[in-house]
Amino acid sequence: MLEEIRIKVENINFFYGLKHALVDLNMDIYKNRVTAMIGPSGCGKSTFIRLINRMNDLVSHTTLKGRILLDGKNIFDPDVDVVELRRKVGMVFQKPNPFPKSIFENLVYGLQIKGVTDKKVLNEKTETALRKAALWEEVKDRLNDSALRLSGGQQQRLCIARCLVVEPEVILFDEPCASLDPISTRKIEDLIVELKKDYTILVVTHNMQQAARISTKTAFFLLGELIEFGNTEDIFTNPKDKRTEDYVSGRFG
Amino acid sequence: MGITDKIYKYIFMVIAFSSFIFLTGIIIVLFKEGLPVLSSTGIFSFLFGKSWYPTATPPEFGIFPLIMGSLIVTLGAMVVAVPVGIGSALYIHEIAGEKQKMFLKPVVELLGAIPSIIFGFFGMVIVAPFLQNLFNLSTGQCAFTGALILGVMAIPVLCSIAEDALSVVPKSYREASFALGANRWQTLWKVIMPAAGSGVSTAIILGISRVMGETMTVLLVTGGAAMMPKSIFDPVRPMTSTIAAEMGEAAVGGEHYHALFAIGLVLFLITLLMNMIAEYISRKYRMKLGMDV
Amino acid sequence: MKINPEKTQKIGFVALFICIIIALLVLGSIIYFVFSNGITAFSWKFFTDIPRKSMTAGGVGPAIVGTLYLVLGSVLFALPLGVITAIYLCEYSPKNFTLNLIRMSINNLAGVPSVVFGLFGLAVFVKLFGFHVSILSGSLTLGILILPGIISASYEAIIAVPQSTREASYALGATQIQTIKKVVLPTALPGILTGMILAVGRAAGETAPIMFTAVTFYSRSFPSTIFGETMALPYHIYVLMTEGTHPEEQKVIAYGCALILLILVLAVSSLAIYLRQSQRRKYA
Repeated sequence: MLEEIRIKVENINFFYGLKHALVDLNMDIYKNRVTAMIGPSGCGKSTFIRLINRMNDLVSHTTLKGRILLDGKNIFDPDVDVVELRRKVGMVFQKPNPFPKSIFENLVYGLQIKGVTDKKVLNEKTETALRKAALWEEVKDRLNDSALRLSGGQQQRLCIARCLVVEPEVILFDEPCASLDPISTRKIEDLIVELKKDYTILVVTHNMQQAARISTKTAFFLLGELIEFGNTEDIFTNPKDKRTEDYVSGRFG
Repeated sequence: MGITDKIYKYIFMVIAFSSFIFLTGIIIVLFKEGLPVLSSTGIFSFLFGKSWYPTATPPEFGIFPLIMGSLIVTLGAMVVAVPVGIGSALYIHEIAGEKQKMFLKPVVELLGAIPSIIFGFFGMVIVAPFLQNLFNLSTGQCAFTGALILGVMAIPVLCSIAEDALSVVPKSYREASFALGANRWQTLWKVIMPAAGSGVSTAIILGISRVMGETMTVLLVTGGAAMMPKSIFDPVRPMTSTIAAEMGEAAVGGEHYHALFAIGLVLFLITLLMNMIAEYISRKYRMKLGMDV
Repeated sequence: MKINPEKTQKIGFVALFICIIIALLVLGSIIYFVFSNGITAFSWKFFTDIPRKSMTAGGVGPAIVGTLYLVLGSVLFALPLGVITAIYLCEYSPKNFTLNLIRMSINNLAGVPSVVFGLFGLAVFVKLFGFHVSILSGSLTLGILILPGIISASYEAIIAVPQSTREASYALGATQIQTIKKVVLPTALPGILTGMILAVGRAAGETAPIMFTAVTFYSRSFPSTIFGETMALPYHIYVLMTEGTHPEEQKVIAYGCALILLILVLAVSSLAIYLRQSQRRKYA
């Protein structure tokens, strides 16, 4: 498959108040690849992916410099509609965060706020999304149950399905398995690998085995800097930077 | 932010200022309606004048007896409410087990919801005649009865606020004290009470402010005589009940009407001052414990 | 004599126990007296009939209905203002100065004596706006009185909605107002309702604010318009105890009114407290 650049990160600097959280980031994210962000906690990997759908807009006292180009268009340009951006760039969070509503209501939320009311469309799209998220068989008979009654792993797959219903092109996973058991983790990982056929995927993880299992490209962050970025295999077997080597071999972090 | 979101933001902001507008409105109204009398009578003789004869010719507007009435009833009420209210809070916080707490806390809150008219009614039909017989008084409707009833009324308020203050004292203080061999009682007095002290004093100040603003109870049980009380068994007429009792007969725009607003102003300023002190103390208290303010 | 710490502790604990017993006993006995005496006044006619024979017979129907109107009106006025204020404070992160100003206003408004609200209502709604002594003026006055309570309860409920829930909504492309309407408010609804119910209890029992703004002490008919004056339960108790010429017969009716009011307030408040407890248990 041809390597096609989907997202281009150019000289990103990001500040929380006076704290320099991201320093001179430059990287390319490829289409139909899983790109993993690894690094010790507080290294800026989560901060970084939250820029890509502009969740940082919700945090006050922050400053941003630099550009992130999605299909060649800077997402921070004043004429970009952040609502459109977030429909194109979906996100799955660290802790499953279903709304305290029914499974069905959770799934159709993204469509309803867009004004879709056609029952047939809603039903079709939810089913497709649930199938893609490998959750259909488990919940098809209880779509009207509260989403909060699902197990943690099911909740997270529901959140993935909820994100897929909106038909995004890029999906950001922010430590999607951080609060899950090993079996659920495995299911989510398989799902991510499956999804890369149709989507451009970024995954933040602190679990290096996970990065190795699912990603094509890996970026190693440390103290807000991108230390090394390359093919996952190279990062884990033949890192160029001493600090990457220390981290992937478990010497700190 | 989209344009719709911005419009909503500004609409919401305007509405959010409603509390500010109402508070300012109250201040303006009280000053505007109260000032005519203050300037014609003079602030000093209004506040410290010893005779309140609003309907005499010429009328006399000295509210000192009314202020004394409010003070004597309020202080009396605190003598009842502070030990029992704080004691109850300490019991709920320190001694009661989980089950008792689950029962006592809602019950105390529920008792705090009983309307003041019911206390006044109870005081008038049960307590006043009883005290009249007991102490052989000429009337049971007097400052003492008012203080007693208001004191009982204030117990749930004091208890709830004090309990909140106690519950934010960090557990580690208690554990440290136990580890040094202190028993629960010593820990309570030497460690927890000092730590919660300012929170508890906030409860007392708010209690005073609440009691002083209480209207219906005093209207029904304190006898309503606008005279300087010589003893706690004399009938008194606190500021609140003066307003409530006389507004009906005061001609709108007349001097009496303005005088009642001026009493309202005095009452408002006293309670405002106390609320501000309470808020200041509680802010410092929470800051001391390293909490959000 | 050496002070024995164990003995001191025992005495101290007994003293605290006595405190709580006094509190419960005294307050309990008030409820008991009102119940045992008030129940004798109860009959179907008592709730539905108008007062007759200069308040010595008949029922208190107009007072019950009047109180319900006043409570309803005050909630209709205060609930939107309170919830929107809470939304603004929680969701729009206003500047510190604005935030402190509004908070200071709410705190101080909460401490204003109820009779002062009555004065404000008289000067502004009755006189300045020309609503006269009416259900409308009384409702607005009571509405301002319950506003701080509704704001605090709504604020607590809205601030307790997890940030991650809001983020989920934004990440799906919702605007801020969509997020508030469809996610934040429904999630906070039980807490807001609890605050509203507590406010109902408060408004039903308040007397001083409506004395100069809404009530009349005697009415032979049910209130028919919000621009007219009305009877109300708490004020009717006051009137029965202080006016009129047949104190003994009036006392019985007053007991009945007190019992209706007490049942109303206690029922409504218990419901609110129960809702809040079960809500907390769900979150914990």
